[in-house]
Amino acid sequence: MALSLGWHIVVASLGVGFPLVILIAEAIGLRRHDPVATELARRWSKALTVLFAVGAVSGTILSFELGILWPGLMGTFGDVWGLPFAIEGIAFFVEAIFLGIYLYGWDRLSPRAHLLAGIPIPIAGIASAWFVVTANAWMNQPRGFDVARYLATGEVVDVDPWAAMFNPATPPQTTHMILAALMVSGFTVAAVYAYGMLRGRADRYHRLGFAIPFALAAVVTPVQIGVGDWAARFLAENQPVKFAALEAVQETGPDVPLTVGGIVIDGEVRYGIEIPGALSWLAERDTGAVVAGLEEVPPEDRPPVAVVRTAFQLMVASGFFLLGVAVWSAVVWVRRRRAPRSRWFLRAGLVAGPLAVVALEAGWVATEVGRQPWIVYEVMRVSEAVTTAPGIRYGYYALVVVYAALTVTTVAVLRRQSRPVRARYVPGPGPGDGAGTAPRGAPG
Amino acid sequence: MSLELAAIGLMWVGLTLYALFAGADFGGGLLDLVAGDARRGAPRRARLEHSVGPIWEANHVWLIFVLVVFWTGFPAAFAPTMATLYVPLTAAAVGIILRGSAFAMRKSTEGLTLSRLFGALFALSSVITPFFLGTVAGAVASGRVPADGRGDHVGSWWNPTSVFTGVLAVLVCGFLAAVYVCRDAEREGEGDLVAWFRARALVLAALVGVVVVSGIAVVAADAPAVAAELTGRGLPVVALAVVAGCAALVLVWQGRFVAARLAAGAAVASVLWAWGLAQYPYLLVDQLTIEQAAGSEATLRAMVWSLGVGTVLFVPPLVWLLRATQQGQLASSEGMETLAEQLEGDEDR
Repeated sequence: MALSLGWHIVVASLGVGFPLVILIAEAIGLRRHDPVATELARRWSKALTVLFAVGAVSGTILSFELGILWPGLMGTFGDVWGLPFAIEGIAFFVEAIFLGIYLYGWDRLSPRAHLLAGIPIPIAGIASAWFVVTANAWMNQPRGFDVARYLATGEVVDVDPWAAMFNPATPPQTTHMILAALMVSGFTVAAVYAYGMLRGRADRYHRLGFAIPFALAAVVTPVQIGVGDWAARFLAENQPVKFAALEAVQETGPDVPLTVGGIVIDGEVRYGIEIPGALSWLAERDTGAVVAGLEEVPPEDRPPVAVVRTAFQLMVASGFFLLGVAVWSAVVWVRRRRAPRSRWFLRAGLVAGPLAVVALEAGWVATEVGRQPWIVYEVMRVSEAVTTAPGIRYGYYALVVVYAALTVTTVAVLRRQSRPVRARYVPGPGPGDGAGTAPRGAPG
Repeated sequence: MSLELAAIGLMWVGLTLYALFAGADFGGGLLDLVAGDARRGAPRRARLEHSVGPIWEANHVWLIFVLVVFWTGFPAAFAPTMATLYVPLTAAAVGIILRGSAFAMRKSTEGLTLSRLFGALFALSSVITPFFLGTVAGAVASGRVPADGRGDHVGSWWNPTSVFTGVLAVLVCGFLAAVYVCRDAEREGEGDLVAWFRARALVLAALVGVVVVSGIAVVAADAPAVAAELTGRGLPVVALAVVAGCAALVLVWQGRFVAARLAAGAAVASVLWAWGLAQYPYLLVDQLTIEQAAGSEATLRAMVWSLGVGTVLFVPPLVWLLRATQQGQLASSEGMETLAEQLEGDEDR
């Protein structure tokens, strides 16, 4: 399940953010009569088709797995939190139809009509991300049924699917995820062209191919840092155990320091740099504020701290690196009115792609593992939801193999797609062509 | 009561669309398997590949839809079904991924050995997936999924009815694909290929007939509850399935492929609805009725309404896309982009 989700989250993020990048390129091509930007949009729309098909396959598998692996969860709460999945299906379908029109219409619609036909694609993509993440938010803040009654008798009554969908965790979580999808799309696509430029292909095609997605991601990044802070403060208030695990805070107390770096040994952070009172300030905007520690709950209700904190640190570190790259480009832009061109910047831009994926995966690990041992926070434990079927592990092995195959395929197809276009720019495909755009399909 | 019926109806609509669209997709793999050696089979495989591109994987959205409506609307039946039938369901899931990746992989590899290997994987997984999905239907219809989810992990799907429905699913998929590709090949003026696919469509239709006739005895003995209603309440729809199936056979014989597509689709759809009618009011035969399995009324109402609003949203652009692709094909002779072509193939069914 984790493997499938970890895979799907990357492909789905690209499905959400990539269309926006494509539309921006097309709009630039239209406004400035820039054939290079239009060509980029055209090329990207084909890569998007592949990613979209792959996303459909991995999404199918997930809906199987929800039932096969978590019969306890689905049987008990299927009607409480199922609604957003149904609506997400519609949004996905709308996205597919307009993607069809968009691809089909390149040579048939007027440029303006074509651009308009593309607009529903990112809207539907963002909508489907929103709906799916509300379901995950529900696992953190279960609402929409009588919780007390369930805990007492095991009966699920007074079901209100809308209350479940609009649970308190929904606003911060959905915002955080959608922005993350935009960042992942922008930085990974830009990284492909950064690689191309580092290999000496610094033509306008590559410069623009870098600048458009990078600009989107760079604008989103500072906003995301703010949203991340909002999400963290939400946790401090509503899921204090997870918040404590993110920072490996054992004891409840005031003036809690923020520890940067270091490793967790026996639940304590070693070799990190402490900033006095900073964690209290982050949680409550007051350096003297009391922060709840893991000791608030019995040991069996605590998540595995080392995993959660490491993942969280990884996400935050990657996020701040991305912010640094974004600020770098902004400074150069303000001073010289052009994107930075130094090799060091391109190297940073190249690293930003994989790091955005790392941040996405690490953030997802932090939120999921941080909720342990609960699958539905303070309502149902993972052990109550998981299947007891024998031999399920063989199914898991099979899936691992098959996912490896799917990854290789996606990369191979995207590489292959990059070839004919090269041929359009360089007469006749030369040896080694296509390597420049390979990393796009490599989802960590 | 009507809410539950609306929800189960939606689920069956999704199931029908999945069977029709993804069915032809899987069937393409079966035809690929029997397309002959590398040299003679090449144009046939190229035609299949052209008609059934990677974008077809998007048809799995119908399966997702079925599963989502199932667990949201009928959680009490969903959980035991998944728990009891996890073996065929996992196999089908593996088949779905393997299929998509092997297909794309074969396209992007050069060299005969590798493309043979991936081709074989693609074809094999195209057969495995509908077979196992078919066995799931058989397991439910023959009352082998107990409400507590503690069904036999092997016997539930490896039994006379399930094997029958599994084999039937594979053959029906092949038939749908052959009929579908006939029309495509005809439009492109590929006379040899039309003849080949037409012959396969006829053979598969005959096989389906044989399997169905012998299956009657199997189902009557093994799943008496459903069998009784198939000849009772379900009889008109069963009759419709027989008529449409025979009509499809005749139309393929006469070379009227557009009409044959419609008749074949109608036949497959009627079989599914006959099954649904026959096991009404049960969702899990002899175990849980639709009403007992239904989730909360508030959720059912919210779901039915959202899906209704959603349909209003996506039907107009879908109709526009279908019309545009059909018209475009008549006028277009310019070199289309490969993917756009595959997309046309996808949408003009």
